[in-house]
Amino acid sequence: MTRSPLNVSRFRNIFFAWWFVWACLHFLLITYYGFTVNMALIDSLISNGLLMGACGIVSNILRYYLPYSNRYIYVLLLCLTFSLSANALGKFILDLSLNDPAYRAYIPFLANTYWIRLGIDFLMICCMAVICVLWYTQEEEQENRQRKNDAEKLSRDAELYKLRQQLQPHFLFNSLNSISALIVSNPEQARNMIHQLSDFLRTTLRKEEEQWVKMEEELQSLELYLEIEKVRFGHRLSTAIVKDDKSGQMLIPPMLLQPVVENAIKFGLYDTTDDVIISISVSVENEMLKVTVQNPYDPETASPRHGTGFGLNSVKRRLYLLFARTDLVETSSGDHVFTTTINIPKHESDHH
Amino acid sequence: MKVIIIDDEPLARSIVKEYLQFHPELELVAECSDGFEGVKAIQQYQPDLIFLDIQMPKINGFEMLELVEDPPSVIFTTAFDEYALKAFESHAVDYLLKPFSRGRFDKAVSKWLQTGKNISAKEQLGQLLETVSSSPAEQHRVVVKLAGKIRIIPVEDIHYLEAADDYVKIHTREGGFLKNKTMGHFEAILNKTQFVRTHRSYMVNITEITRIDPYEKDNHLAILKSGARVPVSKTGYVKLKSVLGL
Repeated sequence: MTRSPLNVSRFRNIFFAWWFVWACLHFLLITYYGFTVNMALIDSLISNGLLMGACGIVSNILRYYLPYSNRYIYVLLLCLTFSLSANALGKFILDLSLNDPAYRAYIPFLANTYWIRLGIDFLMICCMAVICVLWYTQEEEQENRQRKNDAEKLSRDAELYKLRQQLQPHFLFNSLNSISALIVSNPEQARNMIHQLSDFLRTTLRKEEEQWVKMEEELQSLELYLEIEKVRFGHRLSTAIVKDDKSGQMLIPPMLLQPVVENAIKFGLYDTTDDVIISISVSVENEMLKVTVQNPYDPETASPRHGTGFGLNSVKRRLYLLFARTDLVETSSGDHVFTTTINIPKHESDHH
Repeated sequence: MKVIIIDDEPLARSIVKEYLQFHPELELVAECSDGFEGVKAIQQYQPDLIFLDIQMPKINGFEMLELVEDPPSVIFTTAFDEYALKAFESHAVDYLLKPFSRGRFDKAVSKWLQTGKNISAKEQLGQLLETVSSSPAEQHRVVVKLAGKIRIIPVEDIHYLEAADDYVKIHTREGGFLKNKTMGHFEAILNKTQFVRTHRSYMVNITEITRIDPYEKDNHLAILKSGARVPVSKTGYVKLKSVLGL
């Protein structure tokens, strides 16, 4: 539920100060007309006390009921009702409390000033109502905005999580199958592959989106992945990894490059029947981390529309969610080599 | 009985080979690391049974089978392919999920020895291939064989299709290729916003059309960029107009 403006101390102080000034004016005006201090005080306190009460109630009603767009006539009616009742009640109490011969002269004055009192009360209550409507509208909007932000953040987190969690079951089961074969033919290598697979799985499971990792760690996990693939595909697959000295300490979102390399493997190994070299080069250029992955492909069968594959789309989407930029992934193809370039802007907490 | 293993991963082949040692009645005659080698080896050795991986370079296991005139019995070996598994289940085709145990392997082999080898593989596989050929992987290319050579045609490169007896002739820039399928099959798998069945015996790639001329009574002719003239029937013309937004 939204806060009432009267719950905010700054607003409350202004409200009471205003009320006090107004009550004083009222008091002075009545003494000016020649009535006693006593009478002026009673009138001012009772009339303005009721006015304050009416303002309080109107502000509370508007807290629960805000008029729909442009139906402010209801607010006016509300203000009118409350000014009429405050006045009627004021008159009744004053008549009672001034029921003394000494105050006899005050009664006609009270009757003569009825319309002025009503008008002033109405204006005051309207003033209060306008302030409240503006206040609550703004509060409501702020709440909506907050909710929208929260919802967006939630869906963004979920999407980022999903984009990361695309470990290929195909890769996992085929690797297990290779291990199963190696257990008989080469137990030493089988054990080695189990360790590589476990290390790789551990790095994919461990990472959380907020914790960016050092490029050298990411590269290690990619190398593990490629080592496993090399066991699976035998002599067909070889890799070439080049990195400059500065790049190792740069931070990158975890598992960002995994789908890029998977894509390279997929197109390299499944789109050709020849031996395949996957090259990865990492460098720092213009304060940006630049990662280039190259794989052979067959231009005859890899049609441009299906060429990029889902893996790259997920990387593009993820970089867009993180940096709000769509120009960070570039692909080019020529001479049977497909090149994917990923540019990663510097993370705020990069240390050098 | 002769057996061939077709799998692109050497270790995956070696495990089948290892398990085969315990079945002396099965003689391993060839090992192939892709579909091209597979087609050749099947023609050369006429095996009784093949162990076939699905995901392989260039052409997958199903596409390879489509190129074999008289396919032998098949036991599929695959790691993970939801689409294929559904098709196997619905056509009672045996398959081994990698990694599989020797027990599971022996069971598949003895089942085949008892019953499978008497079933016509051609019929059973024909139905299976019809199901899987509408899989996402096969919707954007067509694999054909011409004079012993295997060609992979991206669907964008198809100008038009023409029914020819039991075959469909696929017309491309480089000429026509015959595929042992029906027009209905292509109508089902090809993108309906790009390929329109303009005639009982013709289907045309609308991006290739340069103009449509009237021709005898209610019929029309679609003139393609290549100069080819494709008949358009009365109902075909209505379909064509709606796809072209006329």
